[in-house]
Amino acid sequence: MSLLARFTHVANNYGKATALGANPFKVRMEKVISPTEAIVNGRQTTLAGTHNYLGLTFDADCIEAAIAALRQEGTGTTGSRVANGSYSHHRGLEDELAEFFGRRHAMVFSTGYQANLGMLSALVGPDDHLVIDADCHASIYDGCKLAGAKVTRFRHNDPADLEKRLRRLAAEGGNKLIVIEGIYSMLGDEAPLREIVEVKKKYGAYLLVDEAHSVGVLGERGRGLAEAAGCEADVDFVVGTFSKSFGSVGGFCVSDMEGFDLLRVASRPYTFTASLPPSVMASVRAALKALQERPELRRKLHDNAALLYGELSRSGFTLGPVVNPIVAVRLEDPETAIRFWNGLLERGVYVNLALPPATPNGWSMLRVSVSAAHSAKQLMHIAAVFRDVAYDLGILEMPVRAAAF
Amino acid sequence: MNGSIAVAEAGYDEVLRDVMTFLNDQTKRRYEITESTNMARDLNLDSLAVMDVLLALEDKFDVSIPINHLAEIQTVSDLARTIIDIKKG
Ligand SMILES: Cc1ncc(COP(=O)(O)O)c(C=O)c1O
Repeated sequence: MSLLARFTHVANNYGKATALGANPFKVRMEKVISPTEAIVNGRQTTLAGTHNYLGLTFDADCIEAAIAALRQEGTGTTGSRVANGSYSHHRGLEDELAEFFGRRHAMVFSTGYQANLGMLSALVGPDDHLVIDADCHASIYDGCKLAGAKVTRFRHNDPADLEKRLRRLAAEGGNKLIVIEGIYSMLGDEAPLREIVEVKKKYGAYLLVDEAHSVGVLGERGRGLAEAAGCEADVDFVVGTFSKSFGSVGGFCVSDMEGFDLLRVASRPYTFTASLPPSVMASVRAALKALQERPELRRKLHDNAALLYGELSRSGFTLGPVVNPIVAVRLEDPETAIRFWNGLLERGVYVNLALPPATPNGWSMLRVSVSAAHSAKQLMHIAAVFRDVAYDLGILEMPVRAAAF
Repeated sequence: MNGSIAVAEAGYDEVLRDVMTFLNDQTKRRYEITESTNMARDLNLDSLAVMDVLLALEDKFDVSIPINHLAEIQTVSDLARTIIDIKKG
């Protein structure tokens, strides 16, 4: 049997997805113009699927900081911090993150994916239990595998279900670590954090929240869902990424846990990989500054999300349950979603295609991610193009008044 | 083979019947489900759907079935045996 034969079903789905038009997994951004525009297939395209929440990828301060670091410290660290040492930006970024989150400790990883792998694999071992929200991101599932702990899922955003599962585990030894996300990337919904904290306390468990999509987005100061829900003290670990609100790449974890620094030698995904290049950290530090000094970015982001959500909702689309920068549009089946996605791209609007099994409840969806950098005009255009495609595909009825013109 | 030992054990038939009833409901009786039915291949359940089956069976049997067991669970019979093993503790 060929090595790749076990992916036959993947190949079949892939074939179906690509047979209906452009290949959704191989979109080429021929030229990136701004946080919200690129040339795709020779066409000027509005970007609405890039999780560039604060639109900082072209921020002048971030770019200048990166260039200065490149000049001063070179293109890369050529190894891990354990082997090649920490640069001033490593400690500088960690100190600033700890201060921003009001935590004693911060640790930076090379990606958000590795932050989850690094934390989960180091925090628990084979005698412990990970209790994770069923809709958690792939990096959390992979972190669970690396941890080797026993993994129990609970129904998405259901504290009563979490409690039921912790009760079943109560007689078993070992630590219990609950893992959830702030804003979930598929539907844009938020974890019921206060209720989950209650359950956590009752059963003496620990809690890790992946705030990949909520740092810079939620909370008075942009610290994420834990801040917005007023329960930061009860969240033992906050994990996040620099690849969304910070407009760069990398991941982190902050915590008040005693002995946290031990993880620098105990966490293999931290120890055995090259550390972030100075230029990346410099741009992230500038982004962290922007995030704190320019709260108007966050306000604009939420106004933008409300605008697009309202437009699409009034047009008759089925959307995720809450207004957030991820606007999930639910469609009938994978084929409709693929056709819709192609229709949008052909008209110059780029969003994310989300198909089962990566989606909750086997839903087929288009995910639009709103940025503070979108203008109202761009968002109205995105909504208009969504309607056009929906009329074309017969998903929405053309309003009588509009049809008469 | 440990399979035959497990089959001989009291409770296997009941658990198997419950698992099959459950899977029949889940798949809206579109398939002929037997002991040797492979869930991924024969029932077209993707990895997430199989995990969701575990989630529901945990409630049905009031046990905790860590998803670490997934690698060993391919057939309906594997699933029933895993539940019995866990219930025995
Ligand atoms: C919830 C969640 N966690 C972690 C990650 C991984 O982050 P990164 O892109 O930095 O690897 C992502 C997205 O990519 C995510 O959505």
